[in-house]
Amino acid sequence: MSEKDKVTIIVFSGELDKVLAAFNIATGAAAMGMEVSMFFTFWGLNVVRKENPKISPSHILQKMFGVVNPGGARKLKLSKFHFGGIGTKMMQILMKRSLMPSAPEMVKMAFELGVTMIACTTSMEFMGVNKVDLIDEVSRLTGVATYLALAKDSKINLFI
Amino acid sequence: MDAKIDSTLDCYGMLCPLPIIKIAEKLKEMKKGEVLELISTDEGIKEDIVAWCDTTGNEYLGLEEDDEIIKVFVKKTVN
Repeated sequence: MSEKDKVTIIVFSGELDKVLAAFNIATGAAAMGMEVSMFFTFWGLNVVRKENPKISPSHILQKMFGVVNPGGARKLKLSKFHFGGIGTKMMQILMKRSLMPSAPEMVKMAFELGVTMIACTTSMEFMGVNKVDLIDEVSRLTGVATYLALAKDSKINLFI
Repeated sequence: MDAKIDSTLDCYGMLCPLPIIKIAEKLKEMKKGEVLELISTDEGIKEDIVAWCDTTGNEYLGLEEDDEIIKVFVKKTVN
């Protein structure tokens, strides 16, 4: 069998709508028989963080950051019309009504379809996220060189 | 559809990308040469199923539409 087409997606954003778009494409590509890698960096790292960190960050600024920037796919907010949580909640209700998976369900589905999830070590470092506080679906911790090497061989490459 | 249907997948009410994910999963369980019928209400499936078959190498056999119900037929031709 010929080598699979590759897709790389950088998930830079941590907003619900953008993250869902990223997972929509990732799961769709996996279902098309493509080999998909998702790189979670900066705000996107929140998607693959556990909700309650086991290891507290060492620096006071990292600790403060953790308070205002909680992790977990369940906690993502809409980029528009969040309205203190009401807008996001309404969207979640509408999505459920349309049988759409939630963000945490999308993560699980992508993993089951064989999507490789990669966390950016630089973002982890300055956000004070320890590797034990990443969800189990994350299989690799890498830097930009790994991304570039994968992206170079990919037919589809997105930054979301 | 004249061909014999070996399996049916009900994706009523589901939106993209769920139908193609379900098809991909279902075809994995099926044997080469078998025909899958997909029931969908998503208008997008009409073009998506053609793109999916083109990309994966499976055979698109056609579709039937009855009001909001779209029935799509795919023959598994690759393992």
